[in-house]
Amino acid sequence: MSLHIEKVTKKFGAFTAVDNVSFQIPDHQIFGLLGANGAGKTTTFRMVIGLLTPTAGRIMWDNKPLSQKDSHLIGYLPEERGLYPSLKVSDQLLYLGRLKGMKKAEILPQMKEWLERFKVPEFENKKVEELSKGNQQKIQFIAAVLHRPKILILDEPFSGLDPVNVEMLKEAVLELKKEGTTIVFSSHRMEHVEELCEHLCILHKGRPVVHGSLKEVKRSFGKKNVTVHAEFDLSYLKDIPGVLKYKPVTEGVHLQVENEEVSQKIFESITSKGFVRKFELEEPSLNDIFIEKVGASYE
Amino acid sequence: MNKLWIVMLHTYKMRIRTKAFLLTTFASLLLILGLTNMQSILSIFDGEEENKQVAVLDESGRFYEPLKQQVENTSDNIDLIQADQNAPEAEERVLDGEYDGLLVLEKNEKGLPEGVLKTAGVPEANWINNIENNLQQTKVMIATQELGIDPAELTTLYEPVPFQKESLQEGAKTEEELNQARSIVYVLLFVIYFAVLFYGSMIATEVATEKSSRVMEILISSVSPVKQMFGKIFGIALLGLTQFFLIFLVGFLSLEYSPSPEKESTQSMTDFSSLIQIDQLPISTVVYAIIFFLLGFLLYATLLAMLGSLVNKVEEANQVITPVILIIVVAFMGAMSGLATPEAGFVAVMSYIPFFTPMIMFLRVGMLSIPIWEVLLGILILVVTIGIFAVIAAKVYRGGVLMYGNASSLKNFKKAIQLTKK
Repeated sequence: MSLHIEKVTKKFGAFTAVDNVSFQIPDHQIFGLLGANGAGKTTTFRMVIGLLTPTAGRIMWDNKPLSQKDSHLIGYLPEERGLYPSLKVSDQLLYLGRLKGMKKAEILPQMKEWLERFKVPEFENKKVEELSKGNQQKIQFIAAVLHRPKILILDEPFSGLDPVNVEMLKEAVLELKKEGTTIVFSSHRMEHVEELCEHLCILHKGRPVVHGSLKEVKRSFGKKNVTVHAEFDLSYLKDIPGVLKYKPVTEGVHLQVENEEVSQKIFESITSKGFVRKFELEEPSLNDIFIEKVGASYE
Repeated sequence: MNKLWIVMLHTYKMRIRTKAFLLTTFASLLLILGLTNMQSILSIFDGEEENKQVAVLDESGRFYEPLKQQVENTSDNIDLIQADQNAPEAEERVLDGEYDGLLVLEKNEKGLPEGVLKTAGVPEANWINNIENNLQQTKVMIATQELGIDPAELTTLYEPVPFQKESLQEGAKTEEELNQARSIVYVLLFVIYFAVLFYGSMIATEVATEKSSRVMEILISSVSPVKQMFGKIFGIALLGLTQFFLIFLVGFLSLEYSPSPEKESTQSMTDFSSLIQIDQLPISTVVYAIIFFLLGFLLYATLLAMLGSLVNKVEEANQVITPVILIIVVAFMGAMSGLATPEAGFVAVMSYIPFFTPMIMFLRVGMLSIPIWEVLLGILILVVTIGIFAVIAAKVYRGGVLMYGNASSLKNFKKAIQLTKK
């Protein structure tokens, strides 16, 4: 049971929103779809949901093409809040749950359980417009997972939430993953992606520029980050060949280097100069990769 | 449960709870109760009204007595009093409100009466016409007396000639039936017009609201846009039928059980409740009214739902639906002028144009005895048009609900269709 996106292209007239994107997500996995605004994430999601038909390529679930009939398999949390403002939370979830093919008797206990879990059981009889944005997001999340979907699509799930709520939602996402839900999510916040995703794909102008498991992506990126804290002047380090970025901080410097060998040269050089309080070699952050890959094409 | 059904019931349940629906239903029920009990209501006011006091200043002294006799015989709400003052003094009393009017009678050179009626306010009321008629009668009486004609001969002279109109065409309606039909059709036309307008714009706003709250994205990930659109349209249609049912039920019960004071009295044709007599209402006309309401609603609702899906905000919905509203208004105007001349050529032509069929074909079928195939042809054209529009609307709706941007309708229309393509 896995979700296959096979060479999918979507054109709107002359404009190509998604260009030959392929990826595969096994179940029990969280897949991160990253990209700047307008990169084609939402269009990709809409094709998975069946709202848009791909110009070319196929979207398969369990080796069968996905269609509108499979809507009960999919849970969708859109980027913008989408709930009836003047409807009570319970009516809202009942309606949306029914549309996913659930019965009232199935929906009510599930709804109560989720509300308890998000520590907001008192919202049941409140109107959505009376809730804060973060709390609306919780309701939106419940609406997406109420029917226990096999595929869960989260478009920017953590935007506008305070850290406590982000943690709460993350835990829920991880638990769903444990239960076997295949989860695709998009975010601008790289630390969330690093924390949750096994695999990821960075889209740029509709084209995938980075694709693979988090480890592979980082390894193949090659560049490393080096942090040095020392008692003496480190400014000469920026002239060492292979040092790409140099950024002085209070106690020392942050460097980006081309590869591990460069970091070894730096290590040898500084240990001969005096006392080094800290030397650290780090994998590049996803943030670095994202800026490099997406930002580079702007240059 | 079928999803179409779920959307329909949801739309119905949400709408029927709204204050707007409850208020309009309540107001129309009150209106119906008022109209059907018009007689009783009017008689309450009539009972309290005092007789008009009219002072008569008869300079010749010959006309007062016969006029008073005449007035007493025909009108029981006017009291004539011989004025014992002179004209300025009597006029003063009219202004003071002691008299409702002052009638000055003079004799002209032929020896016949001439009258001037002076009142405090605008001299325009039923009782004034009444006095004029009575004076006319009195004049005729005096004149015939002077000419020496026997009053019995005079009666024969003034007797109306028996004149009846009959149509040779089989099943054609008599004059009386036509009048009866005209008033029923008139009322039902109004009902169709308001219902299509009211519920049609409700659809457009409903769609625009869902779009602006972005709940649409969630909905279309669960239900196909076509099912969603038609679920909504049927839900609102059900709402309209509920309202109609209530109105008809209340109207019917009210007419059946209202304590109408004088049932035997043949009131004038201006009295509403005597025009609409439920027991005389042809069942076929009501059935046609419901059919044409539903078809008309379906046609306009699909159009309006499509337009509603193209805008982002509820406020913009009103802009884009205006052209459609105008078509409905034109249809209504056509129907109104067709009421007077149901057999006119333009009425027949209009009744086959799908936008106008619901009102104008209903008008023809309600007032004339047109062959059944004409009605069926009109309905067929209408149904086919609804089908075509439904297909287009479903396409536009699918794309339209995904679009957020400036609402310049024609461009959006193309864009929406493009979105649904591969």
